[in-house]
Amino acid sequence: KLCICCICLGLYNNKNRKEKRKTKMASGQQWVLVEMVQAFYEAPAYHLILEGILILWIIRLLFSKTYKLQETNKLTEKEKEELIEEWQPDPLVPLVSKDHPSLSYDIVTGPPSHKIIINGKECINFASFNFLGLLDNDRVKQKALTSLKTYGVGTCGPRGFYGTFDVHLELESRLAKFMKTEEAIIYSYGFATIASAIPAYSKRGDIVFVDEAACFSIQKGLQASRSVIKYFKHNDMEDLDRLLKEQQLEDHKNPRKAKVTRRFIVVEGLYMNTADICPLPELVKMKYKYKVRIFLEESLSFGVLGEHGRGVTEHFGVNIDDIDLISANMENAIASIGGFCCGRSFVIDHQRLSGQGYCFSASLPPMLAAAAIEALDIMEEDPDIFTVLREKCTSVYHALQGTSGLKLVGVPLSPSLHLQLERSSGSRDTDQRTLRRIVDYVSLREVALTIARYLEKEERYLPPPTIRVLVTVEQTDEEIQKAVSCIKEAALAVIS
Amino acid sequence: PKAHRRYCCLKRPLFSSFPVLPQNHNVVRNPSLYNKPFVESYEETPLLVAVLTYMGYGILTIFGYLRDFMRHWNIEKCSVARERDEQKDFVPLYQDFENFYTRNLYTRIRDNWNRPLCGVPGSKMDIVEQVSHDYNRTFQNTGKIMRDVINMGSYNYLGFAENVGQCADAAIQVTEKYGSGVCGTRCEMGNLDIHQEMEELVARFLGVESALTFGMGFATNSMNIPALAGKGCLILSDELNHASLVLGARLSGSTIRVFKHNNMVSLEKLLRDAIVHGQPRTHRPWKKLLIVVEGIYSMEGSIVRLPEVIALKKRYKAFLYLDEAHSIGALGPNGKGVVDYFGLDPKDVDIMMGTFTKSFGAAGGYIGGKRELIQYLRSHSHSAVYATSMPPPVAQQIITSMTTIMGEDGTSLGADRLRQLSENTTYFRRKLREMGFIIYGNDDSPVVPMMLYMPAKIGAFGREMLKRNIGTVVVGFPATPIIESRARFCVSAAHTRETLDVVRGVRGVSGPLLMLRFSMNPPPPPPPHTHTHTQVGRPGAPGVHHHLSG
Repeated sequence: KLCICCICLGLYNNKNRKEKRKTKMASGQQWVLVEMVQAFYEAPAYHLILEGILILWIIRLLFSKTYKLQETNKLTEKEKEELIEEWQPDPLVPLVSKDHPSLSYDIVTGPPSHKIIINGKECINFASFNFLGLLDNDRVKQKALTSLKTYGVGTCGPRGFYGTFDVHLELESRLAKFMKTEEAIIYSYGFATIASAIPAYSKRGDIVFVDEAACFSIQKGLQASRSVIKYFKHNDMEDLDRLLKEQQLEDHKNPRKAKVTRRFIVVEGLYMNTADICPLPELVKMKYKYKVRIFLEESLSFGVLGEHGRGVTEHFGVNIDDIDLISANMENAIASIGGFCCGRSFVIDHQRLSGQGYCFSASLPPMLAAAAIEALDIMEEDPDIFTVLREKCTSVYHALQGTSGLKLVGVPLSPSLHLQLERSSGSRDTDQRTLRRIVDYVSLREVALTIARYLEKEERYLPPPTIRVLVTVEQTDEEIQKAVSCIKEAALAVIS
Repeated sequence: PKAHRRYCCLKRPLFSSFPVLPQNHNVVRNPSLYNKPFVESYEETPLLVAVLTYMGYGILTIFGYLRDFMRHWNIEKCSVARERDEQKDFVPLYQDFENFYTRNLYTRIRDNWNRPLCGVPGSKMDIVEQVSHDYNRTFQNTGKIMRDVINMGSYNYLGFAENVGQCADAAIQVTEKYGSGVCGTRCEMGNLDIHQEMEELVARFLGVESALTFGMGFATNSMNIPALAGKGCLILSDELNHASLVLGARLSGSTIRVFKHNNMVSLEKLLRDAIVHGQPRTHRPWKKLLIVVEGIYSMEGSIVRLPEVIALKKRYKAFLYLDEAHSIGALGPNGKGVVDYFGLDPKDVDIMMGTFTKSFGAAGGYIGGKRELIQYLRSHSHSAVYATSMPPPVAQQIITSMTTIMGEDGTSLGADRLRQLSENTTYFRRKLREMGFIIYGNDDSPVVPMMLYMPAKIGAFGREMLKRNIGTVVVGFPATPIIESRARFCVSAAHTRETLDVVRGVRGVSGPLLMLRFSMNPPPPPPPHTHTHTQVGRPGAPGVHHHLSG
């Protein structure tokens, strides 16, 4: 419609302009008007009629409906009602089969410490992430109690709104000091830490290179960030290099976009799902070669790897400033609750307004922060504890080698190992049940193990079913021997 | 009981200079569904105030640009942390405009947030005094402590944030026995007997078949909604829903449609359209519809129109997810939240979600509902499978506070607290309104937002209040719409009438000083027994509190 108008007006203007040119054009503004009026008088009648019709036509076009709505397509209220009556939703949740393993959680009576009572039976605990044995440490307990008597349990608010306590600030500065970074920020839930940190930086359009074996909280963080996600094969630096090169080519094609596209590599220090260590030095090389930032999730390696328990950076002797962000939870080695991120202030401070799990959630109960501070104290005072843990890990690792029917997954330094069926039956459920029988067999002989659980439909790369074996400093050599021989016995009995 | 009152109209369009007709969608449409009057008021922003507020932001923005310009040319020293030199040629981690607001507006008044406490966040609190020598970039402790600051900021509705008394005693015993951590997930080795006990109690408290608890309230939403809805499902979400609900909905992969805050017309239209038109493009019918609402909205102080939502949900066969983060414990004759408040059946709500952070003085969240729902979540909730379970002392705090509320401890302590909270709420709201402040929200909501509007008043109000030994929360953009900055008071059962009177007294000083008596409504008539009726005010009406001009 508008087009026609434009054409018409264009014709009209052109005509005028020609006429203007004919008469003297340079002679002032009012002359132009006068000339226009003159031209109007001088124009032949047919011309005026034609123009008049055109104008009327334009007005009609402007005010008429573009097209007639097809009234017949519209649903009547009655038809709508019928549709509403007719529609039946799916049930809110599908029924869970009665024998689903999660329906009957194992019940732990009392604390899940070194000696643990599972379903009424006392066992030696090889199933809690209590690597340093700090869960039932008296000093930690006393500190938590003192704090409880000062602050009560809950904080009744997020950090911004009177939910910040002096212990939170102390814990943050202690963590920063321990990790030798500029700043640390604490979250009230381990899972939420990396899951909030990633989307604070990586936004729509940014690119994240991530290891296939990344744990579930990383996956959720990536999903929340809505960035482009590129998975590389687990610990395969060539594959990562390939992806980065591809990206480089892409960037050459569109340098303008490349200039604003942030890139990140997200890896775990010690992998939850595969119990091995990331090749950090190579990753750092890649970082500078391709100008990609590194986010490192250290929930398992913090308080485990390295001479002072500083994690995988210390293990490899990598400068911690080369890692843009380190995230870890305080629920494993520290044996408290919550998580933290640390790094340079330039990076970390941003989360105080952009980390969703930090801003919008109630803060960590002060007693748990106090327990974490005491745990850090213990770790700092006695770095030998890490040597002890390493020795135990190595001895468990070697002892479990060559279990018939079971494959040990992991590296000798890892306190969290996986036992996988050497030959899968092909059905996940059957495998799971076989492993469960081993766990049950072992628990009858007073050793507590657990099966690693995953959300099978949600995991990006679902790990095979495994039994988790968790090493702590409290396990004596005899206990380790006993556990190992039990496992071997069970494997023989169940698998063969 | 049929006497439903006129409902003042909600925010009107900004800058509208024409008289706005009362917006009918905010009138209770189905008064028969309510067993008691439902009074919420949102006095419209006076035009002059709106204009001044925008001017305030305009000036701040101009100054911001000016200072950025000076920082750019090194005229002003830039104290903000910088990128490492080694990484200067990386793609910038932040886009510059992202930080403009933080750098130039937020930092100026940053001292109003994150004030560190060094004691219980009870009815009074001790705050560590801090100063900043570098224009609020960093804060140093002065070594002094501000004692007994009246706490109007914590969500301590029932006053269970205590370090003495039966809750604390029980928590101490549990800590001695269990320690403070768990080191395992619910599915693996972190399912303690105390968790089982707590969940049975929570289910009984809520009046549902079964319940499941989680270690963090935020994660309860963000990690369970994805287990309940997915591709092909439609989530209908209130526009003011909490960030955790929004995140959960987004993670679920469902389609999300947003309805106007507490607006049943808007919700019904979305429901009808959804069923009639089905999914976009494919026109397949939706698999399920999930309505997501909160009990009390923490920034508005409004209460969800639950009777109407339930009627709609039943009519359109949708499922209802009710987040009772602020309302559980704080509403209802038995403290059982918004369902109890309206006298409804908990079975009509499909998913009862809530947190323990607020009224119970603990941490974490729960989901309650039918047995099948909870069984499904036990095996499919992200939180139950991957996250460490709740620490035992926290679980014990929940158990003790909940039995107290239920009166199962053999005392009337719980009932007293509930009564006290409700009295305090009525009293406090009435007093503020009498003084001519604009107060948002439902008459029965213990969350009391008071409008400040201008950006400069956010900082001034927070500081002036602290000077008078009162701790309040002040919020501005982006937590609220840009011109609706506000202060928020959370009334607690731990407050006595005296503490509330102190607040009122100080209000008197703070009001004329900062000129906050924006309200053009006539002050409510003295109440004692019946609730008062709030009317849409007319400028120039007799008895107007209009202190803007002087």
